[in-house]
Amino acid sequence: MVQTPLDGWEEAYAATPERDALFTTLSGEPIRPLYTERDLPEPDTIGVPGDYPFTRGVYPSMYRGRLWTMRQFAGFGTAEETNERFRYLIEHGQTGLSTAFDMPSLMGHDSDHPRSLGEVGREGVAVDTVEDMGTLFGGIDLGDVSVSMTINAPAPIMLAYYVVAAERAGVPAERLSGTIQADILKEYIAQKEWCFPIDPAMRFLGDMIEWCTTHMPRWHPVSISGYHIREAGATAAQELAFTLKDGLTYVEQAVGRGMDVDDFAPRLSFFFNAQIDFFEEIAKYRAARRIWARELRETFGACNPRSWLMRFHTQTAGVSLTAQQPLNNIVRTAIEALAGVLGGTQSLHTNSYDEALALPTEDAVRIALRTQQIIAHETGVANTIDPLGGSYFVEALTDRMEEQAYDYFRKIDELGGMVAAVKESYPQREIADAAFELQAEIDAGRRIVVGVNRFTEGDDADTPILRVDPALERKQIDRVQGVRARRDAAAVETALRELRESAARPDRNLMPYLVDAARLHCTEGELVGALQEVWGAYTETPVY
Amino acid sequence: MISATPTQGKIRVVVAKPGLDGHDRGAKIIARALRDAGMEVIYTGLHQTPEQIVETVIQEDADAVGLSILSGAHMTLVPRIVELLRGQGIDDVLVTVGGTIPRDDIPHLKGLGVAEVFGPGAPTASIVSFLRENAGTAGG
Repeated sequence: MVQTPLDGWEEAYAATPERDALFTTLSGEPIRPLYTERDLPEPDTIGVPGDYPFTRGVYPSMYRGRLWTMRQFAGFGTAEETNERFRYLIEHGQTGLSTAFDMPSLMGHDSDHPRSLGEVGREGVAVDTVEDMGTLFGGIDLGDVSVSMTINAPAPIMLAYYVVAAERAGVPAERLSGTIQADILKEYIAQKEWCFPIDPAMRFLGDMIEWCTTHMPRWHPVSISGYHIREAGATAAQELAFTLKDGLTYVEQAVGRGMDVDDFAPRLSFFFNAQIDFFEEIAKYRAARRIWARELRETFGACNPRSWLMRFHTQTAGVSLTAQQPLNNIVRTAIEALAGVLGGTQSLHTNSYDEALALPTEDAVRIALRTQQIIAHETGVANTIDPLGGSYFVEALTDRMEEQAYDYFRKIDELGGMVAAVKESYPQREIADAAFELQAEIDAGRRIVVGVNRFTEGDDADTPILRVDPALERKQIDRVQGVRARRDAAAVETALRELRESAARPDRNLMPYLVDAARLHCTEGELVGALQEVWGAYTETPVY
Repeated sequence: MISATPTQGKIRVVVAKPGLDGHDRGAKIIARALRDAGMEVIYTGLHQTPEQIVETVIQEDADAVGLSILSGAHMTLVPRIVELLRGQGIDDVLVTVGGTIPRDDIPHLKGLGVAEVFGPGAPTASIVSFLRENAGTAGG
């Protein structure tokens, strides 16, 4: 036998001692010392950008044609404060808006509800009525800017507010572009902000997707999100598998409602995390595109190539930020953002370095945005499409990621599908286990986190943090109570009664009722309350 | 009836999630770590009101309660919980707080009677040993 250079390398490597370190990804996946041409899949599996199976990107020109959208998530205080932050971001070159709602808004409570105490405007903006929505986007041309809204359980209500607020500003629904998150399955899996039990929540989402398909052709009615799944502690493979399975479940439901897959699939969008394990993340995005294209084409028989495209937003990992030596987070975020870009993201949010401490200050947000601009305009990485395509390591990792996703798909199918699996807490348990294992590695010092369990000197600088003025809670309570006092109370009662009646009838789409209710100034808490009277609320059985 | 003390029986800890935020990764890791360390752990689950938490502490005859808050509402929720505990005449339950708590808020929370605040990155072992050393001895 002829000795190949690779044989020679293997011998030489075996003779060399390895340093004492974990040679695994952040998700615990073992990594070999070297990858070679033997690890490459068939060329067809890799393909070319803009063509099936889209491993190398969804568009033929990718960033040579247009850079990703730089979209910083923002929201705090009342609609007025957040509107100011939005205008600040637009002035500094941001190209899309992304709205963070406060916890009471996410849970369907009005700002004056007893459970909202101390939470109004804290982690996002408080929106109780269509008036707040109007203020939030005041002075911004909604026909021109694309707007993303991170709201899930009450998403159809917020969308109704948005549609009515835009209508008042002279922009009809069909011209609105943007995304509403509305990914309800991942709420039960990871983000844990819910209003209703799973089955009616799935119907609520189905109503909205259906309505958007006919009324809002430029709108993405759901952003299928792995972000929160990952933040809750999932591995990269779990994020990939659970997110895609959630998405496939929505497709299944919409098809089950009689919709043609090609009528809505092109408007589905995704949202992934960018963690610190650089290559693992890139492999995850590439595998995600390939799986989605295959499932939509082969399993659902979608004919329109646009139905096969997985377009996604990326956010750098909040959980990777450390409270210790917070300036180091700028570096972490830059590396994570670069992974998102090399993975072919359509839009990107970069976290601010102070977010392990509080909501970000304006200065910290500007650095985060500048990080994206440096990647886009200085590094040269956007000069060619998928520069890592064909890398032995990246292609092998992409294949491995895909394999792991399908292993999870099989397990979930055995449980009766994603809805059944979530009800049995299967993904919740997998994530809790992964989170615990990672923490154990960090606690034992086997996995190094700079500034936390190694290199801990030099953490005495004080970081300025954003303080949300507690008086804003009172201001918001006055706003919602003012709206209630001014509106036509009898019309509100009628609208709520009609909503309850329609909620009890699965054959009715609830969106038109919500749009009418928004026009009549019904509050979010009233609308959620009316639906809960019919559907009930949700209580989790926690697993850990 | 012989009342259990930490040296005789297991330390009983309520791990609680007050407020509306759904960030339960840390609370669940702590709950599991305390359980693995031999403590009796009662995890309340998410979205608890201060009243619900205090009721759980009483019903479970807890030695300690760990409050996990990542919503920024700690300066409203923690004083309320401490006040409700005191109102029930409870001063021997160790109260600890974990989550995203700005450094400047820590002295204020400790002034209310919070025994310790564990911020992001706190090793679980430090929380286990803090409870071992202090639970059952708060206030006396």
